[in-house]
Amino acid sequence: MSGPVSILSRGDYLIASIQGDLSDAEVVEFRDDVAERLGSHDARGVVVEVAALDVIDSFVARALRSIAVTARLRGAETVIAGIQPEVAIAMVHFKLDLAPLRTALDLDDALELLQRSLYARANE
Amino acid sequence: MSSRSSSAEDVESRVDDSLLRELVSLLRDRRTELREEWVHRITDADLLNVMTPEEIFGEVTAVYDNYVDVLETGSVETLRAYARDLSERIIPRGVETDEVLGIVLLLRDVLARALFVHYVRDGELLNSIFNAYEPAANRIAVTVSVSFVEERERVIREQQEAIRELSTPVLQVRNQLLILPIIGVLDAERARQLTEQLLGAIQSSRAKVVVIDITGVGTIDQAVANHIFQAVEAAQLMGASAIITGLSAKIAQTIVELGVDLSMLTTAGDLQGGLEEAERILGLGATDAP
Amino acid sequence: MSEKVRVSIESDGDLIKARAAARELALQLGFSRTDATLIATAVSEVGRNIVVHVGKGELTMRSLHESSRYGLEVVAEDRGVGIRDIQAALDEGYAGRGGLGLGLPGARRLMDEFHLESDPDRGTKVAMTKWRVRDELERLRARRRLRS
Repeated sequence: MSGPVSILSRGDYLIASIQGDLSDAEVVEFRDDVAERLGSHDARGVVVEVAALDVIDSFVARALRSIAVTARLRGAETVIAGIQPEVAIAMVHFKLDLAPLRTALDLDDALELLQRSLYARANE
Repeated sequence: MSSRSSSAEDVESRVDDSLLRELVSLLRDRRTELREEWVHRITDADLLNVMTPEEIFGEVTAVYDNYVDVLETGSVETLRAYARDLSERIIPRGVETDEVLGIVLLLRDVLARALFVHYVRDGELLNSIFNAYEPAANRIAVTVSVSFVEERERVIREQQEAIRELSTPVLQVRNQLLILPIIGVLDAERARQLTEQLLGAIQSSRAKVVVIDITGVGTIDQAVANHIFQAVEAAQLMGASAIITGLSAKIAQTIVELGVDLSMLTTAGDLQGGLEEAERILGLGATDAP
Repeated sequence: MSEKVRVSIESDGDLIKARAAARELALQLGFSRTDATLIATAVSEVGRNIVVHVGKGELTMRSLHESSRYGLEVVAEDRGVGIRDIQAALDEGYAGRGGLGLGLPGARRLMDEFHLESDPDRGTKVAMTKWRVRDELERLRARRRLRS
């Protein structure tokens, strides 16, 4: 794992944090590492924490979507947490659509969201 | 910079340095009497009249010592820090720009006179001493004035910002719920400010639902509609869901005619309906981004 | 008093530098944090085009001063073989080589002015500018300076 990132397991969930600006190669590596950990840990949900990013451009957005697709294929839900106000505005101006990705204000809210949605699914 | 050889410059600056050090130590040794002289000049010129004599004395002690320190080191950073410090202490007391510059210039004069009297018997040395002193003292005067003005402008900017915030309030109604009533014209600039304030409020109050009431918005055309949608989308990226209220039937029709897809928005007829919908969402445990 | 920053683009690591430099310069010029982010995002997109499609190029960022507004101009240049279909590249949904698209429509939306020149002999040049209006205080100061 190169670059300022961290991927931790927390019970049923994976918490993947980006802690600084990444080069494209580092973004790709991050995406692949998350995919691998999803496979090996049988996680039910993954939170991608992006509060440290000052810029989310099309490349990062694509990687986030890719993580969500991979997660879905392995039966896990994804929540993107911590998009900063200026970044949110830039993404909207850019028309960087993160749909159908779920978003949350921060890690706590993201975990709560995952909890609730997995509970709801279990009771369907 | 100059056509002289570097060794000549070195010698000259070394001489300047040692002279500067000499005059600085002189000014330090005689600080008590020179400070007093300075205070006399200040009160004679009727400067700092908002302050009592005790207050003036308290201030001049620190200012005198800092002045001499800065003369000695001459570093731009120390200069700016000194000037900022001075401004921060003095401005809240209601001191004006001309007074600040006035007292700094008076100090410059008091010290210059003291140097003159001390070195008057040696004309060449006197000349060198002043060559060392003048640029240093003038730098201080300029930096202090500029810094003072900048400080005041900073305060004015902050006030402008505060006024702007007051005119577009984001209200926290209860836990996790914000209301943003938009009133008047919504141009690009105002929409930008509004969106920034909304998102900032979402972050600081950890809101899950925002009710955006557009009852008071003037005309709603494509541009205005876009601004509102962008605010909604940005809020969603931060994990909050948005409900638009105050959408009259007429406006709804206009928006549809503009080709805008209303199904992307959660709407409610009036504010009351919007709040009820918000409560419902919060009760369910809030947001699922569409 | 024009500030100019040049970033040479040769690898995707340089994009980190470019983004940071753009943001820094924008903030220095008094742009809001939001606008600084918009600019940095646009810089990232055009910078990436250089890395992915040409391999080597240059980003020049420069401040512009007018009586009622300030601007930040970003010029991204390369000596590649040019964009074959400029119209398509500026179109939404153009996928291009590797499916990455050229990010140009997005960059254009983020900035106020946007110009693109491209041909096989001279390469590609993207020039984009973001403006911000001078606030009351700055206008006063400028007027004071003119009078003195």
